[in-house]
Amino acid sequence: MSTLTLVDVSVKYSRRSASALTGHFDTVVSGEWLGLIGPNGAGKSSLLKAIVGLVGHTGEILMDGVALSSMSDRERAGRVAYVSQDPLIPDDMTAREYALLGRTPYIGYFGSPSRRDRMVVDDVLERLCLGEFAHRMMGELSGGERQRIVLARALAQQAPILLLDEPTSALDIGHQQQALELVTELRQTEQLTIISAVHDLTLAGTYTDRLTMLNQGSVVVSGSAEDVLTAERLGEIYHVCVTVEHDEGQVIVVPRRGFPA
Amino acid sequence: MSGEQHDTRWFAAGGVFVLFAVVIGVSIGPAGPDWWRVPLELVNRLPLIEFETGVSDADWAIVWKVRMPRVVLGGLVGGMLSIAGASYQGVFRNPLVDPYLLGSAAGAGLGATIALTIGRDATSTWPFDPVPTIAFIFALATVMVTYTVGAAFGGSRSGVTLVLAGVAVVSFTSAMQTFILQRNVEVIREVFRWILGSLSRADWGDVWLVIPYVAVSTVVLLLHRRHLDVFRVGDEEAATLGVSVARTRLVIVIAATFGTAAVVSVSGLIGFVGLVVPHIVRMVAGAGYRRVLPLSLMGGAGFLILADVPGRMIARPAETPIGVVTAFIGAPFFLYLLRTRRIGA
Repeated sequence: MSTLTLVDVSVKYSRRSASALTGHFDTVVSGEWLGLIGPNGAGKSSLLKAIVGLVGHTGEILMDGVALSSMSDRERAGRVAYVSQDPLIPDDMTAREYALLGRTPYIGYFGSPSRRDRMVVDDVLERLCLGEFAHRMMGELSGGERQRIVLARALAQQAPILLLDEPTSALDIGHQQQALELVTELRQTEQLTIISAVHDLTLAGTYTDRLTMLNQGSVVVSGSAEDVLTAERLGEIYHVCVTVEHDEGQVIVVPRRGFPA
Repeated sequence: MSGEQHDTRWFAAGGVFVLFAVVIGVSIGPAGPDWWRVPLELVNRLPLIEFETGVSDADWAIVWKVRMPRVVLGGLVGGMLSIAGASYQGVFRNPLVDPYLLGSAAGAGLGATIALTIGRDATSTWPFDPVPTIAFIFALATVMVTYTVGAAFGGSRSGVTLVLAGVAVVSFTSAMQTFILQRNVEVIREVFRWILGSLSRADWGDVWLVIPYVAVSTVVLLLHRRHLDVFRVGDEEAATLGVSVARTRLVIVIAATFGTAAVVSVSGLIGFVGLVVPHIVRMVAGAGYRRVLPLSLMGGAGFLILADVPGRMIARPAETPIGVVTAFIGAPFFLYLLRTRRIGA
């Protein structure tokens, strides 16, 4: 099981723009599922992008003690898989070809996918019950099906760390639940360490092991769903009027009419 | 369908198309033997086969020394422009891009203009035709300027900035060309003819001149087919999949630019081929670059060889510029495909 250690991490996009993640971020994630919550622009995506090397950062991001920034693009891609909030999906590509892109880090510069690469992909598609879609074009699939294929691509990457940027925001509630159940199951079978940004607070509390709430680029609080999701704090951070109910260990956030106190 | 056995079938079909175009291309022309005798003579020239075809040595000289280099050059130019266009479209994920995007055509045009005007005296003692050489150098220099400016302003990862930098550099270069032309009106006709593009003066020398560039460029591009497929999911995700986006894009752009500059410098600016042939290939055979690049190479070669045929015949003995013919044949065909097939961006 891999350990991801973030020491004093902050993200700044450019000299002119305000820093996207100012508060120095420290955490250790090992074999668990860390959920990032917070209002739009809180810095959730920036943090995920910094880990996968899409934006520069200060501080250190270590995987099993080795700085990710010291690795080549290919090495890093074999260790960290990333599912973007709004993936660009070519319509004119079969689901299998798309999932096969996840094998990119294992293919030599001038190489082509090996039999093993194809086997890994077929196996992942089979496990996600996507075998029937393998030869369909991505453009013909529904939103939920596409989302699962994107997940299949990330899993085909066989990286021990999986970053999900609001993986279910485009899905209806049924598909949301299916996708999150799937991630939960895969996390156990594949021994994955997961960090995901989640919009739906109830789902975030239900599925993740630990929550970190960000606001305006800094950590507000980190801990269990029960500790993090309080009506008072949500009112303060999200400017929303909610009640929080507890039901058999599950924390349920219910929006109410009216303005927050 | 995407199986590898299908790839082989497509490539075989592409090869047959090129062969067909070559035979048509060397058989038809305003002078020389009856058109149907030429294919027979070609078979006759194969080893171990011998029969009477009624093609005299003088006729054969027309076929071999006049038509053949023109056909081979047409194939090289068409194939190069198409594979470069497909690569540019892939690397910038923009279906409207053609191989002239970053300034190879505008640069070559300016270079040719300079060679024919202010550079005429300086180059008059050169032992070879200065126009292609100077056009080639200017084409490369212009693309280099675009790339430097685009990369400096947009950061190494931004393809859009590069495209926009191309627009600016191309306008600037064209303005310089117009300015020079306007002060040297006596060569407008000559420059204009060069800009329209032509294969009519092709000889074997031109073929040997561009072959090394086209060969190297084509091999490098073909080796990057898989990378172009990864680029289809966007720069960011390609990067998370372990592709060094900026470096790979630079390699592909350099390869495509060298080849394009080389063929532009011998054939002039033949439009339309590099933009449309890759799209036709995508519509017919699917959008995966594993297939699009080789088929663009073959499709572009065959297409330009065939497009060069009517140009010799329509207004003979004058030549109709090949750029006119490519647009005349290609545009309606493209529209027909647009209507009948789903187009993937």
